[in-house]
Amino acid sequence: MDVGIVSYGAYVPRYRIKPEEIGRVWGADGKGMGKGLKIDQKSVPSPDEDVITISSEAARYMMQRVPEVDPKEIGAVYVGSESHPYAVKPSSGVVAEVIQATPALTAADLEFACKAGTAGMQMCMGLVGSGIVKYGVAVGADTSQGAPGDALEYSASAGGAAYLIGSEKVIATINKTLSFTTDTPDFWRREGQPYPSHGGRFTGDPAYFKHIISAAKMMLEDRKTKPEDYDYAVFHQPNGKFPEKVAKMLGFTPEQIQHGLLTPSIGNTYSGAVPLGLANVLDKSKPGDRIFVTSYGSGAGSDAFDITVTDEMKDYKRENAPTLEKVLENPVYLDYALYAKFKGKIIMPE
Amino acid sequence: MREVAIVGTGVTKFGELWDKSFRSIGIEAGIKAIEDAGMSGSEVDGIFIGNMSSRFINQQHIDALIADYSGMATRNVPAVRTESGGASGGVAFRQGVMAVASGMHEAVLVGGAEKMTDLDDASTASVMDSTADAEWEASMGLTLTSLYAMITRRLIYEGTATREEIASFAVNSHKHGALNPNAQYKSPITLDTVLRSGPVAEPLNVFDCAPYSDGAAAVVMVPLDVAKKMGVDYVKVAAVCQASDTLALFQREDITTFKATTSAAKEAYRIAGIEAKDISVAEVHDDYTVGGIMALQDLGFFKKGEAGKAVLEGQVELGGKIAVNTSGGLKARGYPVGASGVAQVVEIADQLRNKADKRQVANAKYGLAQSVGGTGSAVTVSILEAI
Amino acid sequence: MATVAKEWREIPARYNLEGSECGNCNRKFFPKRSMCPFCRRNGFGKMHPYQVSRKGKVFTFSVIHEAPDCNRNLKPYAVAMIRTDDGLLISGQLVDVDLSKIEIGMRVRSVLRKLDEDGASGVIHYGFKFVPDL
Repeated sequence: MDVGIVSYGAYVPRYRIKPEEIGRVWGADGKGMGKGLKIDQKSVPSPDEDVITISSEAARYMMQRVPEVDPKEIGAVYVGSESHPYAVKPSSGVVAEVIQATPALTAADLEFACKAGTAGMQMCMGLVGSGIVKYGVAVGADTSQGAPGDALEYSASAGGAAYLIGSEKVIATINKTLSFTTDTPDFWRREGQPYPSHGGRFTGDPAYFKHIISAAKMMLEDRKTKPEDYDYAVFHQPNGKFPEKVAKMLGFTPEQIQHGLLTPSIGNTYSGAVPLGLANVLDKSKPGDRIFVTSYGSGAGSDAFDITVTDEMKDYKRENAPTLEKVLENPVYLDYALYAKFKGKIIMPE
Repeated sequence: MREVAIVGTGVTKFGELWDKSFRSIGIEAGIKAIEDAGMSGSEVDGIFIGNMSSRFINQQHIDALIADYSGMATRNVPAVRTESGGASGGVAFRQGVMAVASGMHEAVLVGGAEKMTDLDDASTASVMDSTADAEWEASMGLTLTSLYAMITRRLIYEGTATREEIASFAVNSHKHGALNPNAQYKSPITLDTVLRSGPVAEPLNVFDCAPYSDGAAAVVMVPLDVAKKMGVDYVKVAAVCQASDTLALFQREDITTFKATTSAAKEAYRIAGIEAKDISVAEVHDDYTVGGIMALQDLGFFKKGEAGKAVLEGQVELGGKIAVNTSGGLKARGYPVGASGVAQVVEIADQLRNKADKRQVANAKYGLAQSVGGTGSAVTVSILEAI
Repeated sequence: MATVAKEWREIPARYNLEGSECGNCNRKFFPKRSMCPFCRRNGFGKMHPYQVSRKGKVFTFSVIHEAPDCNRNLKPYAVAMIRTDDGLLISGQLVDVDLSKIEIGMRVRSVLRKLDEDGASGVIHYGFKFVPDL
C-alpha cells in the first residue's frame, strides 16, 4: 500500500516585523543581525491568533482541496507544536471539531521542539499503513516565542501547515521515512517558562547539523539515491543560513532548496517550518517530482522523508484554497510598539 | 376596562448622584409623585418599578426593597419589578395602567429607578451590551453602541440621513436640557461638539451617546373617574402600547426602522383615536442620536428621509413643528435606564398639565412617549391627553 | 464567571456556523432555533442542522474604540454585519483588515479566532470572525 499525502493546507498570519525594527528598540544592529541570519522579516500572529487558530485554518484549507473526503473518515488528528495554548487540553481536539472529524477518531498534541509536525506525519503514516485509520491529519504549527532582546526574537515567528495522510488518491507518495534521535540539550523550555533557552553556538554543529546530516545520509543510503536525484529538498530552517549550509554539506544545490526555504520571508515558524516549506514545494510541483525532506527538532532529532509526486496531482483541487504564495501576499508591517501589543507584552490591568 | 389618569408626578435630579443610594433616589421620586397627587400614600395599593439591571447595585429583589423603603411594606402593598432593557420604565408604566384599567388596583404608583454609578464604567457598559443578544452579539465582541453605529452607517449609506443631521439630534436635546433644572447636562452644544467628540464606535461619537446616570421618576395613577373628583391637575392615559421584535439586530431584514416602534405607535394612535400630526410634544428614546432620528420616522412625525433634515432645521425644538425631548431627552437629561421610560411620561404629563416651566409647550392636547429596549427589541409607546 | 458549559454547547455554531433550517418552510436561521418563528407549531420538531455559508459581504460595520474589557488589547477593532452568500445576516468581528478601507459590499469569509478567555488560567473561547476574502 502506498501511503502518502492526500491533501495539504498552509497558513501564515498576515503581519510582519523587520529585524531592523527589533534592533532599533534594543540598540542592536538589527539589519546586520537579519543579514547574518538571512531573515528579511518574520511573521507575527494577530492578538487573536494562536496555534489552535493557525492549525484550524491550515486544516480547513487542506479539507477544501479534497471535497470528496468525508471528514468523518479521518481517524486521527495530531497537532505538533511547542506553543500549544494550553499546557493541558489538546489543540488537536479543537482542530478535529473545526474540520468536523469528531467524534470517532484519536487525537493528541505532540511536542518535539521544531519537528513535532513531521513526527505527526510519521504517526499518521503508521496508522494508515497498518490499516487502523483511513485518513490521518498531521499539523505542524507554532506561535514561537523569543525573549525580548534575545537573538531568537529576530527569528521566532508564526505559521503552520496541515497534511492529510492516506492511501487513496495520494498526490505525493511518501516512499520512506526514518529518524535520527539523541539526547542533546541545545534548546529547551521548562514548564511554566514563557521563553525558551538555548545553548548558543552549541545549537549548531552537535545539534542541528549532526542530526540533519545523519538522518539525511541514512535516507540517501537506504534509498540508494544521490542529492541530484531530487527536484526539491526541504530542511529545517531556524534561520536562512543553516539550511543553505546543510544543503551544501550534503550536496544539494541552492536551486533544489529555494522553494522549500521560507524563513527569509516569514522567519522561523518552528514546528511549522518544514511543513510550510514542503507545502510551498507541493504548490509548485508536478507529477514525478521527487522531494527530499529532513526536519529537525531540538533536544534532538531529525525526521527524513523521501517523497514522489504522483499523477493524482493533476486532478487535485489545489485551487480550492490559496497557495502559500497567495497567503503571503499583502503583508502588513508592524513597528515594535504594535508588535508588543500583538504579542501581549503590554501589561494590562487585571 | 376603566379609563386611567395620571394624578401626580415626581422626578429626581438626574446625574452622577454620588451621595445617594439606589433606595434613597427611588423613594424621593415616589414621595414627590404622591405629594403632587395630594395623597397621603395610604391610598396606593400597588407598586410597579421599572429597573433594568440588578448588576448595577448587585441587588436582586428590587421590588421588595422599594416596597420596604417607601413604607408600603408596612401595609403589605404588592410590588412588581419589570425589566425590558432600556424600555424597563415604559413597560412598568404600561403594567401600572393595566392594573388600574382592569379594576384590580385603585391607586398605583409606577416608579422607574436606576443607580448606574455604583458600578465602574467598563462593567456598566457590559451590562448595557447585554441588552443586545448576549450570546451572539455581545459575546462576539459587539457593543450596544456598535450596533447603533452599524444602524447609523446603514442610514447614511441608504441616504436616509446625513451624519450631520443625525448628530443634530444631540444639539436639540442639549438645547432643551439647558431649560430643565433636573437635567444631567444643562449646557447647550453645537454640531461641532458632537462631530468632534471622541469616537466610541464609528461613526458614533461620545456626544451621540446618552450618559450613564442615576435617577428616578414616578407617577401616581387612579381611574379617570376618581381623578375628576380629586381636585388636582391630571391627564388621561389615552393609549399605552408595547411591541416586540427579535433580540438580535442581525435577525432583521431592515435595521433602519424599528418595527416594534411602528407597530406600537400604529396601535396607540388607533386606540387614542388620533394621528401622528395630533401630537404636539413627544419624548423619544435617544440613547443614541440615531435612535432619535429613527423614532421621529417610525412614530410617523416625519417621512423616512426627512427626519434628519427636520431636526437640523430646528423643527423639533420648542416652538417648532413638534417639540421633541423638551426634558433634554436621554442625551441631556440623563439616562438612568429603568427611570427613563417613566421620566418621559412625567415630562409629557407635566407638559399637558402646564407644569413644564421654561420648556412649556403651549396648548398641547396630546403628548407621546416612546421607550426602547436594546436595539428595538421591545418598545412602548404611550399617548397622554390633556383634560 | 460562567461555567464552561455555556460556551461549550455552542461549539458547532461558534466554530462552523451551524444554524438550523425549518423542515416546513425551508427558512434558515442562525443561531439555531428549536422552533421556526414563522411556522411555529407546524414546524416544531422539524428543525434540522444547517451549515451557513462561510462567505459573504459586509452589510454594515463599525470600528469600536470603547471596547469591552475582554477586547481591550484589540482596540480599535472592527465589527460588522455580514450578509452570507446564502442570504443570512450574521454579526461578528472583522479582523486582519485595514480599518480605513472597510466598505459595505466588501467580500469576507469566516475564520476561527480567539474570542475571549476566562482570565490567564481559564478556558479560551474560540469562534468565528471575518476576514477580507482576497
